[in-house]
Formats: sequence, structure tokens, C-alpha cells
Amino acid sequence: MLIELKNVTHVYEHERGTRVLKNVNLEIRENEFIGLIGHTGSGKSTLAQILNGLIKPSEGNVIIDGIDITKEKVNLQRIRQKIGLVFQYPEHQLFEETVYKDIAFGPGNLELDPEDIEIRVREALELVGLNYEEFKNRSPFNLSGGQQRKVAIAGVLAMKPEVLILDEPTAGLDPQGRRQLMGLLETLYKKEGITVILISHRMEEIARLSTRVIVLCEGKVQFDDSPEKVFAEVEAIKKLSLGLPEITEILHCIKERGFDVRTDIFTIDGAVKEIVSKLRRKDIC
Amino acid sequence: MLRNINIGQYIARDSIIHKLDARIKIIITILMITALFFIDSFKGYFLFLLAVLFIIYLSQISFMRIIRGLRPVLFLVLLTLILHIFFTRGGEVIWQWRFITIEKNGLITGLFMVSRILLLIMFTSLLTLTTSPLQLTDGIESLLRPLKRFGIPASELAMMMTIALRFIPTLLEEADKIMKAQMARGADFESGNIIRRSKNLIPLLVPLFISAFRRADDLALAMESRCYHGGEGRTKLHELKVKTQDFIALFISILFSILVSFF
Ligand SMILES: Nc1ncnc2c1ncn2[C@@H]1O[C@H](COP(=O)(O)OP(=O)(O)OP(=O)(O)O)[C@@H](O)[C@H]1O
Ligand SMILES: [Mg+2]
Repeated sequence: MLIELKNVTHVYEHERGTRVLKNVNLEIRENEFIGLIGHTGSGKSTLAQILNGLIKPSEGNVIIDGIDITKEKVNLQRIRQKIGLVFQYPEHQLFEETVYKDIAFGPGNLELDPEDIEIRVREALELVGLNYEEFKNRSPFNLSGGQQRKVAIAGVLAMKPEVLILDEPTAGLDPQGRRQLMGLLETLYKKEGITVILISHRMEEIARLSTRVIVLCEGKVQFDDSPEKVFAEVEAIKKLSLGLPEITEILHCIKERGFDVRTDIFTIDGAVKEIVSKLRRKDIC
Repeated sequence: MLRNINIGQYIARDSIIHKLDARIKIIITILMITALFFIDSFKGYFLFLLAVLFIIYLSQISFMRIIRGLRPVLFLVLLTLILHIFFTRGGEVIWQWRFITIEKNGLITGLFMVSRILLLIMFTSLLTLTTSPLQLTDGIESLLRPLKRFGIPASELAMMMTIALRFIPTLLEEADKIMKAQMARGADFESGNIIRRSKNLIPLLVPLFISAFRRADDLALAMESRCYHGGEGRTKLHELKVKTQDFIALFISILFSILVSFF
């Protein structure tokens, strides 16, 4: 087991009284793909920052690999290397003259050898699908928004985190950029064995890869289950001003019209198969 | 940590001080600060402090809030004190150790300067805490208006100030966010000596400037697309009006500053 939150409650210093997180208990194990959803202001970003020690919760314990990071004198830098966090609009944090230097910033802070850093930068760039030779000497500020975001994500990947938290990584990207990013997450999760925690407002993205969905509502964990179970709670989900993945929504509509299909399917392929098989059984086609 | 700076951080309360006319408050502030520089005894500073405390009480703003606003200048204050204590000469020797001597004048001048800085910050932050940035710039604009004849662009200056004040909290928030993002990549803003620390600020400052420029661009565009064209012919939503209580406040502070200057 990797991360454990025990009775975590958080109040921001300057907003006295409002508890942004309320008594959150979570266990995050190795090689999970977790979708974290919730209405705006439900505390998702706050939770993400608590998970890698950027925010110290007002109450409760955060235990990472057996070490309680809410205690004094913990080497937070080690924790932050293990748990990478990609902020919302990460391209706003780029600062170096070249792409290479920017990605090397993280590994450089780990005080690695120059050769190791170069290997890491190369790997990170290729992972996000940018050509190393072509991009390493370019200024990050002359890239397109999507490319900038890839560089910023590469900057976190170069730390070789075991857990990667992404806060709305697809916000503001075009459909192709979103697809590429989801592809990257799939690679990281399936090939590199990284635990991924994805925060998103797009249920399709959440449903596609997640093995587990956590729903926050006003700072409380409302659901924490497999996507099939969570998205089966149609009424509750809608009440939390969230939605279903589009495909699931369509299947629900079909079912409402009296055609008995399964509704725990989140991909187009799966939905097509299901509908066709049901049609076959009824000898309609 | 970055949120303790008072400037541009208006706290809305329903107090007498809040209700005073912005122009009068600015004039009073200038008056009191000038008086502050004429004080040359601890009695005078003490009297001034009492006045400040009384105004804080009237303004219904918590005393701790004002104190917290002083924290960022703590370094400056300590530096001033130390420089004066060790380098200002004159008067009898209070303490001596090898080549280090502390003389009376140094200690006294140091303490004077420190009281002056602290009271100055307290008083000016009272102005910004009790006057919304909008009222404040309205006030400044109105006070500068007579100078238009000499080519001083009062309304443009006022607009620049409004914008600057408006964006201080935004930039602080932004700085906080970028700092966290870099800390997530292992940046360290808290340890090391001064040179190392200032070098470590680069990953914070570059993105901060870039975002400030981007914001400035957006804002200019947004203002122009809403037909902003400078101060000529602009009317106000809230006209400033001087009332009886404003005259009373002004009168009291003139009396006080004359009185306190003699101490
Ligand atoms: N730095 C901060 N200081 C004070 N309050 C904050 C801060 N950051 C967030 N909050 C407050 O905490 C609450 C939760 O914010 P958070 O950013 O965690 O929400 P979120 O679920 O990520 O929302 P979104 O989907 O809009 O990103 C909000 O009410 C917000 O106003
Ligand atoms: Mg958020």
C-alpha cells in the first residue's frame, strides 16, 4: 500500500470556518488508476496538494509508504519526488530558456549526475511524444499551448514519480490533444506501472481508464468504488451536479425506451457490441 | 506566507473610519505622516501610538490583523536598528567588547527610526484597510485634479493605481500557485544562503512576470473593447462628498499633528 489518509480535515488559514475537506479517509494502493471527480470547489485540488505534502492538513494524518508526513522533520522532497503533481494549466510554470533546461529542473533538484539527467529528460520528452533532438533547444515560450503542456508534464515525469496526480490536465486542449494525453496516461499506467490519479470534469475521460472512482462533494468522500458502481448511481451523481459519460447516458436513454441493454458501459466499442448483441438476440439484424 | 501584506487588502466594516471621505483620509494620512517626521521624543511617539490604537479601535479592524501586516517589514526594521546601533556614533558608551562599541546616540536614533517605520506602516495600512481601492483612487484623482493644468494626467494615474492595487492580491495568489508547482518539482525556496535563495527565486519570478504581462494584455484588450478612452468626460458612479464628520476628523488631526510635533 502506498498512500493512506486518516481523518483528514482541512481549513484554509484565511477562510476561517469553512472546512474544505471533511474527515477524508482514503487508501491508495499500487497500480491503481483513480478518477477523482466532484463539483467545482469540492476540494479536489486541495486533496491533490495534500497527497504530496504541499499542503499540510489542519487535522488528520497522511501516511506515505509508512511515513507520516504530517509529522515534523519529514523529508518532503523525497515525498514530492515519489508523488508527482501536475497542476491545472501546468504550462504557466515554465521558466527556463530551453525545453531541456526546464525539464531538467526537477531532476537537477534531486542532485543527479548530468548524464542521468540527460537520460531522464530524453525519456520524459519521448514519453509525452515530443522528439528530443527537435525540441531540446527550443524555448518553451515559443511552443504551442498543447506542446507547452506536454513539456510541463514531461518536467514532472522526469522526476520518475511512482504516483502521478494530474489536476484537470485536458482543460483547454483540442480533441486531438486530449486523446494524446489520455494515450500518455494509458502508457504510464499500463506500461510504466505508475499509479495515476486523474482529476477531471469529463466523465468520458474518467470512465475510460479508471479502475476506481472517488467522488467528492463539499469536501466529503461521497462515493469510492469501481466506475461501474459509481456511475450506476444515476440520481445521486446528477444531484451532485456531475454527469454520466456520454455513452452511458445514451445507453440509459435506450433502456428508458424499453430496450433492455446494460448501462455499465463507458466506451463506444463496448456500447456498439452490447447493442448489436442485444439486437441479434431479438433477431432484428 | 505571501498573504500577510496589507496593501490593497480592504476589509469592509461599518465603522466611522470607513465612512470618512477618501480625500479627507488621504489628507489626514499625509498630515499625520509629516507630523511623524517632526517628532523627536519617545513621548511623542507614544502619543502617536495611542492615536493609532484609538483609530484601530474605531475602525473595528482586529489589532492582530494590523500586526500581521507588519511582519513583512520586520527584516527592514531589524536591519535599521542594527545598523544604527553599531554605526551611529556619539554620546556615552553603553557597551563595549573588543572593537565593537555601542554608543547612546546610536541606540536612540535606531529606536527612533524603528518607531517611525512601524508607526508609518501602521498608519498607512490603516488607510488602505479602511478605504476600498476604488474610493482611494477616486480620492487621489480628485486631489490631483487641480494639477491637470500642469500636465499631470490625474485620471490616468488613478486608473494605473486602481489596476495595480487590484492586481496585488491576484499576483500573490499566482505566486503562491507557481511556488507550489515548482516545489512539486523539488524546488526549495526556504533554505540556503541569500545568494542561493535569490537564485532559487528565478523559477518563481519568470513565470510570474510572464503571467503578469499576459494579464496586462488581456486587461487592456478588455478595457478597450468596452470603450475605455482615458479620463476625459468620464462620470462617476459614486460622487465623493465631504460631510460634517469629515471636517471634524480633519480638524482633530490638524490639532493633533501640531500638538505632537512639539514633543
Ligand atoms: N489557496 C486557497 N486559500 C483559501 N481558500 C482556498 C484556496 N484554494 C482553494 N480554496 C477554497 O477551497 C475550496 C476547495 O477548492 P479546490 O480548489 O480544492 O476545489 P476543486 O474541487 O479543485 O474545484 P475546481 O473543480 O473548480 O478546480 C474552495 O471553496 C476554495 O474557495
Ligand atoms: Mg481544482
